[in-house]
Amino acid sequence: MSFRIIVMAKQVPDTRNVGKDAMKADGTVNRAILPAIYNPEDLNALEFALKIKDHLPDAEIILLTMGPSRAAEIIREALYRGADKGILLTDRRFAGSDTLATSYALAMAIKKLQPFDLVIAGRQAIDGDTAQVGPQTAEKLGLPQITYAENLESVTLDEITIRRRLERGVETVKCPLPVLITVNSSAQECRPRKAKRVMQFKHARTVTELQEETRDYTELFDQRPYLTIEEWSVDDVEAMAEKLGLSGSPTKVKKIENVVFKAKETKIISDSDTDIDEMMRDLIDSHVLG
Amino acid sequence: MQNILVYCEITEEGSIAEVSLELLSKGRKLAEKQSKELDALIIGTKVENVKEVCAKYGVATVYMASHPGLFPYTTLPHAAIMIYVCKLTNPQIALVGASPVGRDLAPRVASALRCGLTADCTSLVYGDHYDKKTETQYENLLYQIRPAFGGNIIATIINPDTRPQMATVREGVMKNEQAEKPSNPKVISLDVMTIVDPTDFALQIIERHIEPPKVDIKKSNVIIAGGYGVGSKEAFNQLFELAGLLGGEVAASRAAVDAGFVDSDRQVGQTGVTVRPKLYIGFGISGAVQHRAGMDQSAKIISVNPDPNAPLHQIADYSIVAKAGDVIPKMIRFFKANSK
Ligand SMILES: Cc1cc2nc3c(=O)[nH]c(=O)nc-3n(C[C@H](O)[C@H](O)[C@H](O)COP(=O)(O)OP(=O)(O)OC[C@H]3O[C@@H](n4cnc5c(N)ncnc54)[C@H](O)[C@@H]3O)c2cc1C
Ligand SMILES: Nc1ncnc2c1ncn2[C@@H]1O[C@H](COP(=O)(O)O)[C@@H](O)[C@H]1O
Repeated sequence: MSFRIIVMAKQVPDTRNVGKDAMKADGTVNRAILPAIYNPEDLNALEFALKIKDHLPDAEIILLTMGPSRAAEIIREALYRGADKGILLTDRRFAGSDTLATSYALAMAIKKLQPFDLVIAGRQAIDGDTAQVGPQTAEKLGLPQITYAENLESVTLDEITIRRRLERGVETVKCPLPVLITVNSSAQECRPRKAKRVMQFKHARTVTELQEETRDYTELFDQRPYLTIEEWSVDDVEAMAEKLGLSGSPTKVKKIENVVFKAKETKIISDSDTDIDEMMRDLIDSHVLG
Repeated sequence: MQNILVYCEITEEGSIAEVSLELLSKGRKLAEKQSKELDALIIGTKVENVKEVCAKYGVATVYMASHPGLFPYTTLPHAAIMIYVCKLTNPQIALVGASPVGRDLAPRVASALRCGLTADCTSLVYGDHYDKKTETQYENLLYQIRPAFGGNIIATIINPDTRPQMATVREGVMKNEQAEKPSNPKVISLDVMTIVDPTDFALQIIERHIEPPKVDIKKSNVIIAGGYGVGSKEAFNQLFELAGLLGGEVAASRAAVDAGFVDSDRQVGQTGVTVRPKLYIGFGISGAVQHRAGMDQSAKIISVNPDPNAPLHQIADYSIVAKAGDVIPKMIRFFKANSK
């Protein structure tokens, strides 16, 4: 038996705690100061895959990420937590892709990993906040999709049952495999790293990373082939370059503006009885209240 | 035909969802500006009666797919029907609510049509564009405006070359306004089983638990909002008392919701509800961009916060540099004394 789960994860700038210095004087985002993190809901997605593996111990979990060289960091993170293998989809020609081009690239990589049983993504990445890449990848692969997954009810070699979160409640659905699932933040949090796996995988590197290392790892990597994180280019996944990057993206960014405060005449008042009473009276007189 | 198409989400109660009515309103205005027509796509079970509602919103043509398997919503049949209608009518613009259903459906449809899609737009207007590379002038493109990067920037997105120009919009962002004159929509009934493949029904819904509709703070003229600075769940009771007196609803920032002071359906902001009341009072809310995105259209804003540099003070009409606990009782006292 073989059962293959592909987990899609993205490295993102941590937009949740953006301070004042996150914006440069010219109004652009200062990416350099924002820490790069494992997209939070992609950790929920990884946990979902690990839970399936708890039920089907022979399952193989492959983490797939598209990004620059440094995105290998999240592959190592996934290996520490229980993924079996990682693939970094990296090529200058992927840069500037919108969700349509990104999902095309990911779908081409996933096709290369055939046969697979499940593709699991996070619901949404916190940098773009679109929640589009999951469903679009499913469409490109001709797979059904189950979005907002919250709990694994059961899984067999050919069918999965999942509880999903709706706007006003929950719904349990059953679907034959293969299917693409996107996982909600309300699903279980990801289990922590395992010390043993950290020891095992801490030297895992892509070829690009190895070239930047000062130490010579050749011997170690010959002995332990599992330490090599594969890097795939546009050609490796047989993608068409014109469907990628800026030229392959139907959406264009016309303009970016820094958020500015609206200039407004503000009355500054104290919390004295008189001031509050006067304000309340003004509000009633101008029919805002009452 | 190049019309404007709105996917109308059907609620548990069998009517058109609020967000879709708002998009019909917006779609009609966009259509009028370009002398185009507004089309509605209705997919569900026994949905024939919603034609009347479409008339009130000035819809020219209703594309109706009625079939027992189409409610509750599942992705593949709805996507197949929307893709079919888009191919049939080649709409200029297609709008979908940014609800869980809409955000499940729209990306799938956009991917199949290979067109651009912008999620969670906060504004949709027409504008021109000149592409320097190809030296092409585009007129009346849809500017899809949305916050990006955690709300720290506002991006204007366009789709110069692909149609439809597709966008999702959250509930409460556009105004719900019926047409001045109702229309007499033409109804085109779709033959569902020739459009949807039987394999599209592979996903089975086994069980559903739907809660009754949540509080809808959007409809309230007065919003009494509390933030993390309010301090506790108990302290929120005072806000509920004030809201009760003023005939308003209590709202909250995400920090207050995360702290468990109130339920998430009261959250205002980019990832919550957008409100535009006559009066918004913010107690203990710093006024982060993500929060302001959901309330800065309020007619009058009062900010109560001991920190004079809190950004909410800067967009307020009245700025009270004080603690919430010192101000609320005074407002309550005044109102009790001055109303019958
Ligand atoms: C992608 C993204 C989406 C988001 N979406 C939303 C959203 O939809 N809605 C939202 O609200 N936030 C959202 N946020 C979070 C937002 O950035 C802020 O963190 C949040 O709004 C802060 O809430 P707050 O003002 O209550 O808390 P704080 O920023 O902690 O402010 C508390 C304020 O209370 C004041 N205070 C302290 N004591 C008192 C007192 N006794 N009386 C009165 N005032 C007092 C303090 O001076 C301070 O200004 C989002 C963030 C991200 C990254
Ligand atoms: N570059 C990427 N590499 C791998 N997975 C991605 C990438 N971009 C998006 N995804 C997946 O798609 C989900 C939704 O992303 P988004 O549509 O950008 O909000 C994420 O949670 C990831 O699981």
